[in-house]
Amino acid sequence: MSVVSDTQPAPRRRRARSLVKSLLGFLVVVIVTYLGLLAVTFFIGRVIPIDPVLAVVGDRAPANVVERTRQELGFNEPLTTQFVIYVQKALSGDFGRSVLTTNPVMTDIKRVFPATIELATLGTLIGAILGIPLGVLAAVRRGGWLDQIVRIIGLIGYSVPIFWLGLLALLIFYARLQWVGGPGRIDVVYEYTFTPITGFYLLDSIIQRDWSAFGNIISHLALPSLLLGYFSLAYISRMTRSFMLNELSQEYIVAARAKGLSERRIIWRHALRNAAVPLVTVIALSYAGLLEGSVLTETVFAWPGLGLYITNSLQNADMNAVLGGTIVIGSVFIAINLLSDLLYRLLDPRTRAR
Amino acid sequence: MSVMGNTTPPPLAEPQLSRREWLLSDRPTSRTQAKLGRAYVAWRRFAENRLALIGLIIILALVLVAISADLLAPYSPTIGNLATARLLPPSWEHWLGTDDQGRDILSRLIYGSRLTLYVVVLVAIIAAPIGLLIGTVSGYAGGWVDAVLMRITDIFLAFPKLVLALALVAALGPGIENAVIAIAVTSWPPYARIARAETMQVRNSDYISAVRLMGASPIRIVLRHIMPLCMSSLIVRVTLDMAGIILTAAGLGFLGLGAQPPLPEWGAMIASGRRFILDQWWVAAAPGVAILLVSLGFNLLGDGLRDALDPRSSGQ
Repeated sequence: MSVVSDTQPAPRRRRARSLVKSLLGFLVVVIVTYLGLLAVTFFIGRVIPIDPVLAVVGDRAPANVVERTRQELGFNEPLTTQFVIYVQKALSGDFGRSVLTTNPVMTDIKRVFPATIELATLGTLIGAILGIPLGVLAAVRRGGWLDQIVRIIGLIGYSVPIFWLGLLALLIFYARLQWVGGPGRIDVVYEYTFTPITGFYLLDSIIQRDWSAFGNIISHLALPSLLLGYFSLAYISRMTRSFMLNELSQEYIVAARAKGLSERRIIWRHALRNAAVPLVTVIALSYAGLLEGSVLTETVFAWPGLGLYITNSLQNADMNAVLGGTIVIGSVFIAINLLSDLLYRLLDPRTRAR
Repeated sequence: MSVMGNTTPPPLAEPQLSRREWLLSDRPTSRTQAKLGRAYVAWRRFAENRLALIGLIIILALVLVAISADLLAPYSPTIGNLATARLLPPSWEHWLGTDDQGRDILSRLIYGSRLTLYVVVLVAIIAAPIGLLIGTVSGYAGGWVDAVLMRITDIFLAFPKLVLALALVAALGPGIENAVIAIAVTSWPPYARIARAETMQVRNSDYISAVRLMGASPIRIVLRHIMPLCMSSLIVRVTLDMAGIILTAAGLGFLGLGAQPPLPEWGAMIASGRRFILDQWWVAAAPGVAILLVSLGFNLLGDGLRDALDPRSSGQ
């Protein structure tokens, strides 16, 4: 019957349609979530303080100045209008001026953000490169000594305060043993010879072939990135182990064994490849977690990134800078969260099955 | 029923059951017996796990120390001896040394356990009911209520918790109560997700239909028949989250946004010891060990509880 030939291309068309549909749905989720973030920061910045105008002009300003500032800042408008203006400004990257540095907040953030990204990226790389093989081996030799070690690494990683571990690491490896560079990104000596281009110091020193600066940067990066790497490792290895255990108990593994494939091939090619899809999500989440955790790590290591910028601004009651930083970290965090979710759905056909 | 009761022969003289047999009986004769029996089975499964027992002991010790801080602490936690006791190393008089204000660090740690417990308990009793309510209502009502509530939950789930708590405390002003509020506001979404999933599983079951046929209102069904079923998985999740709550609270304290001086909050103690880390490292080291121990305790306890109460997800 002709119906048969008609149904032939249908699944593909249906799949394309469902893909478009899920992408549209995804877009709505992104917009709604982002608006939610802005609503929360708006609420924190405008609604909670008793009078944000007084925060700007001080409590000794004459009444007409207060009224004029109120007018200028748009506080006489209804809250909804204020929120619309707030969203428009935030979308164009205007978070107001920082009281502390007197720069626009966005300029400050552009200057400090590469430092944070550099650290978090390196930390995640260390965590993934060490964590995935560790997790796989722990799952393969379940209950063995390696499994116990992974378990202990995970337990301590989930329980130790990162800022405390950072302080101890500074004390031991920097102050006592002098193996690594101390706080900051680079020694003061290089301040005049080294010129940042991209803001990613490692990249900059490679571009300029400044190898002595490169070594110095590495020695400063070592401690904080290894520390972040440890936390990332704790999470990634534990999740890898759990995914691998799940895969290794599947029937296709038995089939592969029955076919006579080598154990190594079964583990690394068959099982790991199937565990890779949820692993992508885990690595993305760990990256987002490190970005967020930068608030604490950067304070300990005096690392001039976004986290330190936020905490410094906090100490000086610089709400514009705090909320601007919150929005930027929040946006990246949300983007990573949602993108990994989307990636998961695109990569894993099982989640599309419905 | 009473007719049946008359015709059946009088019960045989029951053999004397040992307490264990009574608890493990297949046919409990009362609701209490059934409950105790289930609790006993869960306890046996929990107690098999040595690490979980260690966790339980750590947490019990924390509670005991917090209760009897006045008896245990050898010195005052807030008033030190500036003249003679500044930054002393550990010794017989001061087991963990003293800080820059001449205060005994051990005493401060002991009193600090109260603050830690205070934060953890408050966050749990604020965040867990919010999550439970949103989750059960969302799961039971379904439709647009479910869609709206779950979208809100997802939004909160996608937020960076620590940074948001930071901004919130910055606006509310530093202090331990505000830190609790900030953490609670950001930590309810996972509970809502769990409660919703559990609700979806039971909402169409026969006994819920039976209760509905008997004329129970939706409020009563949710409160009396669905919420109790969500409790065990919720308790497990809350226990597992305790370590994270402690770490966040300590982080806020470390940044000067949590408990204010002279309160002996562990995170703030690390921050104040930071200045002396090079020469008097014990000032910052001791509170960190306390935080590590307590978070470890909650993690071990949570893992054990999960294995005992929810055997399906254990073993991985």
